[in-house]
Amino acid sequence: MSEILQPQSPGIPLPVPTIYSQSYWDGCQVGELRFQRCQDCGAITMDPAPACSACFSENLEWEVSTGLGEVYSWTTVWRPQTPAFTVPYVAVIVTLDEGFWLLANIINCPVDAVHVGMRVKTTFVELSDEITLPYFEPVE
Amino acid sequence: MAKHPFHDVAIVGIANSEQARVLEGHDSTTITFQAVHRVLADTGLTPWDIDGVAAGPFSGPLTYYMRNGPAWRSHMAPSIPIILDAASAIATGQCHTVLVAHGSAGIYTERASTAPWTRPANEFVVAYGMFTAAEFALIAQRHMHMHGTTHEQLATVAATIRNNGHAHPEAVYHGRGPFTPDDILASRMVSDPFHLLDCAMTSEGACALILTTRERAQDLPNKPVYILGGACDSFGPSYQHPPAWDLAGPSGRNNGYTGRWAAQKSFAMGELGPTDVDVCEFYDPFSFEIIRQFEAYGFCEEGEGGDFIMDGRIGPGGQFPVTTDGGTMSFSHGGAAVQQLQRVIRGVEQLRGTCVSSQVPDAQVAMCSNGGAGALFTDVMLLGTETP
Repeated sequence: MSEILQPQSPGIPLPVPTIYSQSYWDGCQVGELRFQRCQDCGAITMDPAPACSACFSENLEWEVSTGLGEVYSWTTVWRPQTPAFTVPYVAVIVTLDEGFWLLANIINCPVDAVHVGMRVKTTFVELSDEITLPYFEPVE
Repeated sequence: MAKHPFHDVAIVGIANSEQARVLEGHDSTTITFQAVHRVLADTGLTPWDIDGVAAGPFSGPLTYYMRNGPAWRSHMAPSIPIILDAASAIATGQCHTVLVAHGSAGIYTERASTAPWTRPANEFVVAYGMFTAAEFALIAQRHMHMHGTTHEQLATVAATIRNNGHAHPEAVYHGRGPFTPDDILASRMVSDPFHLLDCAMTSEGACALILTTRERAQDLPNKPVYILGGACDSFGPSYQHPPAWDLAGPSGRNNGYTGRWAAQKSFAMGELGPTDVDVCEFYDPFSFEIIRQFEAYGFCEEGEGGDFIMDGRIGPGGQFPVTTDGGTMSFSHGGAAVQQLQRVIRGVEQLRGTCVSSQVPDAQVAMCSNGGAGALFTDVMLLGTETP
């Protein structure tokens, strides 16, 4: 039985939101994975951006994702970026069911179980008063 | 009349400074100046023969201390884009002789962390422990999933390039081999699928080149090496967004094959194709990147890169020798940019026929590259001893 992946502890470098990403991070604090949808063409833009990545319209509105998706690619990291990170950790790109990608870490999962196509859902971990991070965990 | 403006430009000078894991007594400026002195010696030119400087942060200091102003100055990143910028400035008559240089020393001191240039902070990746190895691993894993590319194929690339460095007397890791693919697979895992020896190392060093007009090149001591073509592909900023293989817009071209558009344009400029290339001085930040580039540039079909690099095809005496000085895995990896310029320097050495190791006999065409899909960009240059 391999090690169960855990979230990182406070002390890791944390995101600094921008004017156009603040709603995304606000959503994480209330357990919502938010994304932007273009009101002109209907496309999703993610990561948060000042304009639609399909038609470049500025007419974007926030929606809340189901948080469900599948692993698109993954890597188990054994040499930490800085000593603030505890290894192993697994970075994943997840394709959310709505059709956008998110990069995060996967937790609550054996380290050797992660694979492309694995079904996952978001889970949130508070790292500071300002930042709650989305992670992914396996869906049973 | 040249068939492409780049063909009127030649690389007439090349130099590497000393390269080492740590260069005691140097900082980035002093080691860059060492490379500049060496490239002037290589060409017999003086600072006052230079009327353009393309050296990233060192452009200003070099012009000031050489007193070669007023000089044309590039503002591009000091890698293939800056060489193409210099070539464009020469071809359009803005200047006639450009010094390209870059160096790095004393930057990477906190060895408990990965090198500072590998981990830029961006809000969507910073908290997930990302650095270049992990970014490129996400690209490689996707390819392995789609096409069944194996760890052994990756290890074959790494062993080939590291053996080139093993044989090169000026490589930082000279004499460290020879390596078999099993040696690569036995090294500790850094970021799956990359073992330690699948990854670039870190070191310090500088390098420099001098470009001038075809006409002026005829009066200089070295065999001119011409720019047959060159172009740069970008899909966005490096290390800020998920490095997805399938990242694409309406063009249909995807990030997994970043560099393909640049290669197609470069081949068209030079009236060449992949089978005309004698030596592949491909950028080697991670072993998988070599496999990806053979597919991206059209040397083989999509998904066949893993098989393509086997059976000695990319080694000494093979059809497409790669990264013949040992590249970033073994020759040197001075930082964010110097090692990218060194791919072009090695291509020039190959076409001059002056390599002290792993010389490809009678090499006429070299393909050089920078970047990689994990960083959302790839730059390409084609060099030749003759122009079409």
